[in-house]
Amino acid sequence: MSIVTVQLGQCGNQIGFEVFDVLFSDSYCSQGLCSKKENEAYQASCKERFFSEEENGVLAARAVLVDMEPKVINQTLSKAAQSGRWKYGQHACFCQKQGSGNNWAYGYSVHGPRHEESIMNLIQKQVEKCDSLSGFFIIMSMAGGTGSGLGAFVTQNLQDQYPNSLKMNQIIWPYGTGEVIVQNYNSILTLSHLYRSSDALLVHENDAIHKICVKRMNIKQISFSNINQVLAHQLGSIFQPTYSAEGSFHCRRNPLGDLMEDLVPHPEFKMLGVRNIPQMSENSLAYSTFTWAGLLKHLRQMLISNAKMEEGINWQVRPPLSGLPALGKMSFNKELHFNTSIANLVILRGKDAQSADLAGFKDPALYTSWLEPDNAFNVWKTQRAFNKYEKSAALVSNSQFLVKPLDVIVGKAWNMFASKAYIHQYTKFGIEEEDFLDSFTLLEQVITSYYNL
Amino acid sequence: MTQSVVVQVGQCGNQIGCCFWDLALREHAAVNQKGIYDEAISSFFRNVDTRVIGDGGSISKGKIRSLKARAVLIDMEEGVVNEILQGPLRDVFDSKQLITDVSGSGNNWAVGHNVFGSLYQEQILEKLRKSAEQCDCLQCFFIIHSMGGGTGSGLGTFLLKVLKDEFPEVYRFVTSVYPSGEDDVITSPYNSILAMKELNEHADCVLPIDNQSLFDIISKIDVIVNSGKLGKTVKPKSLVTSSARALKNRQEKPFDAMNNIVANLLLNLTSSARFEGSLNMDLNEISMNLVPFPQLHYLVSSLTPLYTLADVNIPPRRLDQMFSDAFSKDHQLIQADPKHSLYLACALMVRGNVQISDLRRNIERLKPSLQFVSWNQEGWKTSLCSVPPVGHSHSLLALANNTCVKPTFVELRERFMRLYKKKAHLHHYLQVEGMEESSFTEAVSSLSALIQEYNQLDATKSMPVQDFPRLSIAM
Repeated sequence: MSIVTVQLGQCGNQIGFEVFDVLFSDSYCSQGLCSKKENEAYQASCKERFFSEEENGVLAARAVLVDMEPKVINQTLSKAAQSGRWKYGQHACFCQKQGSGNNWAYGYSVHGPRHEESIMNLIQKQVEKCDSLSGFFIIMSMAGGTGSGLGAFVTQNLQDQYPNSLKMNQIIWPYGTGEVIVQNYNSILTLSHLYRSSDALLVHENDAIHKICVKRMNIKQISFSNINQVLAHQLGSIFQPTYSAEGSFHCRRNPLGDLMEDLVPHPEFKMLGVRNIPQMSENSLAYSTFTWAGLLKHLRQMLISNAKMEEGINWQVRPPLSGLPALGKMSFNKELHFNTSIANLVILRGKDAQSADLAGFKDPALYTSWLEPDNAFNVWKTQRAFNKYEKSAALVSNSQFLVKPLDVIVGKAWNMFASKAYIHQYTKFGIEEEDFLDSFTLLEQVITSYYNL
Repeated sequence: MTQSVVVQVGQCGNQIGCCFWDLALREHAAVNQKGIYDEAISSFFRNVDTRVIGDGGSISKGKIRSLKARAVLIDMEEGVVNEILQGPLRDVFDSKQLITDVSGSGNNWAVGHNVFGSLYQEQILEKLRKSAEQCDCLQCFFIIHSMGGGTGSGLGTFLLKVLKDEFPEVYRFVTSVYPSGEDDVITSPYNSILAMKELNEHADCVLPIDNQSLFDIISKIDVIVNSGKLGKTVKPKSLVTSSARALKNRQEKPFDAMNNIVANLLLNLTSSARFEGSLNMDLNEISMNLVPFPQLHYLVSSLTPLYTLADVNIPPRRLDQMFSDAFSKDHQLIQADPKHSLYLACALMVRGNVQISDLRRNIERLKPSLQFVSWNQEGWKTSLCSVPPVGHSHSLLALANNTCVKPTFVELRERFMRLYKKKAHLHHYLQVEGMEESSFTEAVSSLSALIQEYNQLDATKSMPVQDFPRLSIAM
């Protein structure tokens, strides 16, 4: 089944390019470390999911590019074309002349309705090229105007127009110290709207990825390109094919459906975080070997202690002994708080993945009591190595990962709202104080729900 | 991509404008090697085939034939505009986009605003409409003028109201040169305060500049260039004050150098909208992020570096120095000290080979020494444009919405009151039709209200940051 990607705004388009690039180069790379037949099944599955074939055999990404000003889309299209290996479809982009000015209200209330028909038509064309649609993957940032505001509008439209298809939104959380001054307003408006219309929110924080680049990837002068490539690697390790129940020559058919089923049991809880291991620069890869036991031990501790990367993991945090309440139930002051999960999915790629022992993740103490650990924890596997990593593991988690950052953003937005600063910029385009209050209320609810796990 | 139209009014406005167009051409020539008319150039220039009789057919694509500035030149004396039209840039201006008169405004705001305003209203509208029609998607009007005289100040601000009524969707960014302490125009305080009222009400964003600061900057550059202390030579093209003319004429008039600084300001302000980068910032984002309340739209600007040394390797230390300098009071384009006042918001627009990590490192480093208002503790807006200015490998424009702009206004009001109390020169204004004493009292109270807003914000400076109680949810 296929996934149609919608890339929105500067961030969405820059990341989208890196995602398709890593999916393609991984698919066609020679270091798959598996049998030829397996490799072919992998390539075919990746192609079905993400690319359509044009007349001359060139692969075109199943993507729609949307931005309210032309510079980034032009750059993205030419970078893809330059690679000579894959490209974007010829009529896959929608562009305007004047951006959204970092104004969520402008993106949602002005650009949205004005360009609704054109954008939905483009998406429809991509959908028609799919034999069978798994759903939509929408890449956007929260901080700006187009990705955030227009992204929220488009997601709502997708819900109305394709009620039976799944929607997963990939959301980028901005750096804590400003990229955009009104980023907290834009963020709470985006999150509250998406919570009502999206099926799952896959979140990446710029701060976290930046630290990965600094500490793990050994990059001196980090650019957004570097950041986007790390992100793309994480996304690729989730979305590339894995074995289905039928065996190693069959790949899972419906990645989005499976993700939802495994991770989102309740609509009140749809915020997903991603961790992956190992994280290192390509140069260091050649000299490193790993065992599954080592990797999984670290990954489990990253989950429990809410570590964002492989370094500086707090090994003091332990799951509560069964029968006793969780240690430090997520209160503000305690350092040693334990990250409770609703559901977890681990994806293993590489040599001997079949033999990896995942018992540590099935410990009931990690989870809330609603689901049996057998249902709360799932694993996808493939022997086929990803992106030249002999062994790699990704964790997609519906847990308390994001509640603290969300709390911080809501707090800052609330303080600014209390002073009424910048509100005139939003009311000018039809987003009133009432709308802000509705958003705050919804998000406070989400925060409380997650804190009380 | 969008277009902008520059409206240059009065002697000061036109002289700065002229420097701006000169630099803009040089910048685009350096970037656009193939001579193709692209979207970046179209933001400020039209492509015209001058062989076509009549309106000069505009061409939207293909090779560059003849570039025409999207500009309207207005002056109530002919001298300055004539000099421009006879100078090296004469072909860049559309000779029909001018409005001139002979008698001048006599350094009288009322003459500029009321007399010439009504006299030329129709013509002004016509020229503006024409410029707008020639744009595919007009986003912004840049008005350049001085506050202390008669034409720039009076007619320039009259224009603002016309623009607001006629083109309500288009931004109005005003670059205003405020009179310095030793200004030689006696009535400049009157003109400035009367103009301020219009700026308060009709401008989206104002970039105040004063001559004293510009002069201090060029003096500092002179010292560095001539001292030879650093043991290295400064790249002449990299001076923020340089232009084609200055390179030839060693004993340049100081105004040329000073005007070039302002021209660079405007180029850097629009660079991220015109050229590509990893984190773009369009003009509509400036007002969205930097204007928290409609009346507080005065932005203090600083440009760094002022020059580049000739050695090619820029160690990170020097890059960090660029960021530090942006916050020092010596680099601001008005007499202001942002570090010791309160920030409402700050924008850093970086050009050239600078990445997000450099930006983040410097924000982290400088943040502790700056005070931000309680509800905007992380009030930073950042942009990264890949194309550096001519002669530099990187540059930074900092725009601050900061209470340090208050002393300029307070001093202006004091100078106004000194004159007004004695009713000095008042009759020159009152004899103009439509002017009454109330025009003056209203103008000064508008300014006082603005100063009061800044005072209230300053009062919050030393208070501890207080978190407002959040909504509590019943589970």
